[in-house]
Amino acid sequence: MSQKQSASLDRKKFFADPVMVSTIILLIVFLAVFILYPLAILLVDSIYSNKTGITAQFFSGIFGEGAFATSLWKALLISVPALLLSILGGSALARAEKSSQNGTVQSLCRIMPPLGLILPLLAAAAYTLAVFDNRGSVAVFLQQAFNGGAGACLLIALVQAVILTPLCYRLIDGVTRLSVTAARDAAEEKALQHKQLMRNVILSLVVFGVNLLMIVFLYASVHGKYSFIVAISNTLKVGFLVGILSAGVGLLFAYVEVYVKVRTRFMSGLFKVVSMLPVVSPPFVLSLSMIMLFGKAGIITRHLLGIYDNDVYGFWGIAIVQTMTFFPVCYMMFRGLLKNIDPSMEEAARDMGASRMKVFTTVTLPLLLPGIGNAFLVTFIESIADFANPMIIGGSYDTLATTIYLQITGAYDKNGACAMAVVLLAITMLMFAVQKYVLERKTAATLTGKASRMRMLIEDKSVTIPLAILCSLMALFVVLMYVCVPFGAMFKTWGRDFTLTTKWFEQVFTKYKGLKAFQDSFVLSIISAPITALLSMIISYLVVKRKFKAKGFIELVSMLAMAVPGTVLGIGYIRGFAGGMFHTGFLQGIYGTGVILVIVFVVRSLPTGTRSGISALRQIDKSIEESAYDMGAGSLKVFTSVTLPLIKDSFLSGLVTAFVRSITAISAIILLVTPSYLLITVQINEFAEKGSYGIACAFATILIAITYGAVLLMNLVIRFFGTSRKTKEVE
Amino acid sequence: MSETQKVKQPKGVVLDHISKIYQDPKTGKNFYAVHDVSLEMAPGSFITLLGPSGCGKTTTLRMIAGFESPDEGEIYLGGEPINALTPNKRDTAMVFQSYALFPHYNVFDNVAYGLRLRKVPKPEIERRVKNILELVELSGMEQRMTNQLSGGQQQRVALARALVVEPGVLLFDEPLSNLDAKLRVQMRTEIRRIQQQLGITAIYVTHDQSEAMAISDQIILMRKGVIAQMGSPLDIYYHPNSEFVADFIGECNFLKGFAKKTWEGITEVELDAGIARVKADHIPDEGARCEIVVRPEAIVIGRTGDLPCTVELSCFMGSYQNYHVRVGDTLVKITDNCPINKEIFQVGEQVFISFAPECAHLLDQIEE
Repeated sequence: MSQKQSASLDRKKFFADPVMVSTIILLIVFLAVFILYPLAILLVDSIYSNKTGITAQFFSGIFGEGAFATSLWKALLISVPALLLSILGGSALARAEKSSQNGTVQSLCRIMPPLGLILPLLAAAAYTLAVFDNRGSVAVFLQQAFNGGAGACLLIALVQAVILTPLCYRLIDGVTRLSVTAARDAAEEKALQHKQLMRNVILSLVVFGVNLLMIVFLYASVHGKYSFIVAISNTLKVGFLVGILSAGVGLLFAYVEVYVKVRTRFMSGLFKVVSMLPVVSPPFVLSLSMIMLFGKAGIITRHLLGIYDNDVYGFWGIAIVQTMTFFPVCYMMFRGLLKNIDPSMEEAARDMGASRMKVFTTVTLPLLLPGIGNAFLVTFIESIADFANPMIIGGSYDTLATTIYLQITGAYDKNGACAMAVVLLAITMLMFAVQKYVLERKTAATLTGKASRMRMLIEDKSVTIPLAILCSLMALFVVLMYVCVPFGAMFKTWGRDFTLTTKWFEQVFTKYKGLKAFQDSFVLSIISAPITALLSMIISYLVVKRKFKAKGFIELVSMLAMAVPGTVLGIGYIRGFAGGMFHTGFLQGIYGTGVILVIVFVVRSLPTGTRSGISALRQIDKSIEESAYDMGAGSLKVFTSVTLPLIKDSFLSGLVTAFVRSITAISAIILLVTPSYLLITVQINEFAEKGSYGIACAFATILIAITYGAVLLMNLVIRFFGTSRKTKEVE
Repeated sequence: MSETQKVKQPKGVVLDHISKIYQDPKTGKNFYAVHDVSLEMAPGSFITLLGPSGCGKTTTLRMIAGFESPDEGEIYLGGEPINALTPNKRDTAMVFQSYALFPHYNVFDNVAYGLRLRKVPKPEIERRVKNILELVELSGMEQRMTNQLSGGQQQRVALARALVVEPGVLLFDEPLSNLDAKLRVQMRTEIRRIQQQLGITAIYVTHDQSEAMAISDQIILMRKGVIAQMGSPLDIYYHPNSEFVADFIGECNFLKGFAKKTWEGITEVELDAGIARVKADHIPDEGARCEIVVRPEAIVIGRTGDLPCTVELSCFMGSYQNYHVRVGDTLVKITDNCPINKEIFQVGEQVFISFAPECAHLLDQIEE
């Protein structure tokens, strides 16, 4: 009764606050229309066309001509008996363990749980290899199996059964143990076992699903649309490699900064530059300088080493450029994590006799493991969503993002592009879900301890010097890549004629309407930046400080936008708004205007802003705002007079980040921009594609100057007007 | 087997003119965190490094463990110089303030960590971990993860983890400061019991004087990097050698005056309010400025006595009555135990205080 009363009281209080209610409703409408609706339309488009009605032909088109359903069916036909078989095997083992005292059975049971993890992982790796090796022998074998070879089918089923049996044993063992505990009635233990059991169920379902999917992919790699199959295996390959490399390099940098004593000015400057780069770096820049340094006419390859036919285009080009673009993100993540590890934990290990290496492998690394997974997935998502770098340096090596772009701008295959976009979206979403809900939580769970005292830095010269040299070289290389761009714009013909010239800069403004491009980019970004900053602050305020029904929706959708690749969003907007919403003509007016560009800018920068806003707001004590309410301020007044001033720094940096992200955006924008708007990034892309590196560099140089200027301005403003300064003075 | 069951010989620790220099992060100036500290800690004894924060006690402990290296002087463990050894090569085990349990291991793996590093065979690891968990009363918790334990249990795991490797010296870095008051009292008794049972050498750092008194054989009181006084708890409490020591260890009253004649080990001191008598360790110069140190519980308040005074505060605290009285210019704190049997004086009343000469202590080298 009383609960009901308080709930209705809450509701009354809630609706008595019209400002907040209308803000929430507007927010929901905005998120639904500009994030969910375009994605929904993509899904619809990939399974519906005016001519044929609802059809799976677009998916079967990309997965395998007409045979998609059949392959799925056959895969199921193989997998289900395999699953049944393994359940039987698992339960038989579990029973044998209980009844017999046979030594071999006992030892077999003991190795089952670890096998239950290792075998599926091995299988997944094998499948991945088989998919990468498209049209390879495994695929051909599978094709034969699908074509009716009963023996082959049986073999696959048996192999699957062997893979799944240990997992089933784990499951059944968990169930029996649960019932035993239930009899003992220890509530706590039971909850623990329950959790373990649920984990096992989820694990086996995932393994089963992955098995199924891999078989479908394998089948598709023989029958599927060639461009799609190549693109997806290219994308995954690059994604895996970039994820691993970025996490590795990022970890190295973070470890050196947090653990090793290299306190020279030069080094800390380098590290600062490296951590700043992802903020101010426009896309293309690294690809451009990669081509200029290592390409056919590259300074290093041709003029330093005398190699005349170095091929930077393709797999390794993309992988290196993307690693250099994304590793700073990993570096920042790891730095935060490592700083949170309580140094006394490592000291305790050391005190008990562990060497430095042993401390790293038994304490630091296990604690970081979820964080490493997290960093890997974040870069993996970024890599497979990246459009700009594969476009410039990919050459004929197409990834999903570029294939989708070519599909819609070149082949006008809208439904096919939509189907591919849905596949790309599904991959990023899955990775995002794992990253967000499994790994991020795990990281937070293991690393909650605050450092209790200063860490003793490693001073041993045999450790510090090699690490310092390695890191400096890598950082210098990255810096060199960025420095190369302005130089590229200052020479007559890169690679041939190194006379200084201002010709490219002049041409930018005289011949190629540079002024208009900068004006358009600048104006659109400067409009979208405050909108983004304010919107993300409002969202994070609502998420952190308020309780209401639609909160989960707002939080989820605004974070979801992070996992949506720009290309996918772009196609969603084309399909969603070109003919108005739901092809009714409603909101058609915004398509092709600056408005939709601003909206895309806002949607693309919203997740980063929201994320930093949430972390800033979490640090403000609730009671500060409550006291303002208590003294009679409305929710708008509280937000503007208390909350906003307290997070002014975070707001300012959000503003600048939004501006920088917008002015350097390309992937979604390139699909939506019309000739009435010239955008710098689109111009750079165009000239780089044409091979006019001088012009591209000139554009890029000015862009870097603008973004860097914006960041400098922000730092200045924060230094003189920010809240942190005032609070520091009080101290 | 028989060899491992034998209790390892505890080791003594000797610090020989140890100094540690730090740089002030703000001013960039060098200063001594620990200055010329020399100590001898007997094998099997329980020694506490006590002092306010920043006095160098933790730094000293960490130098013994090997996390910091002394800038001057030499540290000996069991007679061997250990300055050149890294922490993992020293026969010490530390219990940390934050426990520093490994969150990715369960209780058993946490405790077994050090044994596994020493390549102890598996059955013996199991036996030793089981024994030690029994000792700290954590049997049956082997499979728990550390975040499923209460603060006191985590503390016991940390203790077990350090004990199980049978170190020559056991080091404690303010191990109880994260526990609530009741548990702290319980755990310090536990630590003392286990230390006595195993006969192990223990060095304990704390800023809590009652903790130090409760468990130590010997207290080393530090201040600004140097040793202010060392001795048994009783010694330090009743015979502090400076105002700082007296003030740091428990509540204290200081009565300033001039020494007069001394006979039969009793010195007469002339105060503003009258004459007080103190048991003297040595004979001070007649007429020298000196101070009487007397604990609040050693003073008797009554209608008659040596020194007249005025009650300024009278406050019932449960087990005792708390008085502040004015003796001349000096405010004197008094705790009068079990007040229900006694007359309770009200604010403003004129009363007398007195104390037995052997309960007070004379300081004649006064810091100005």
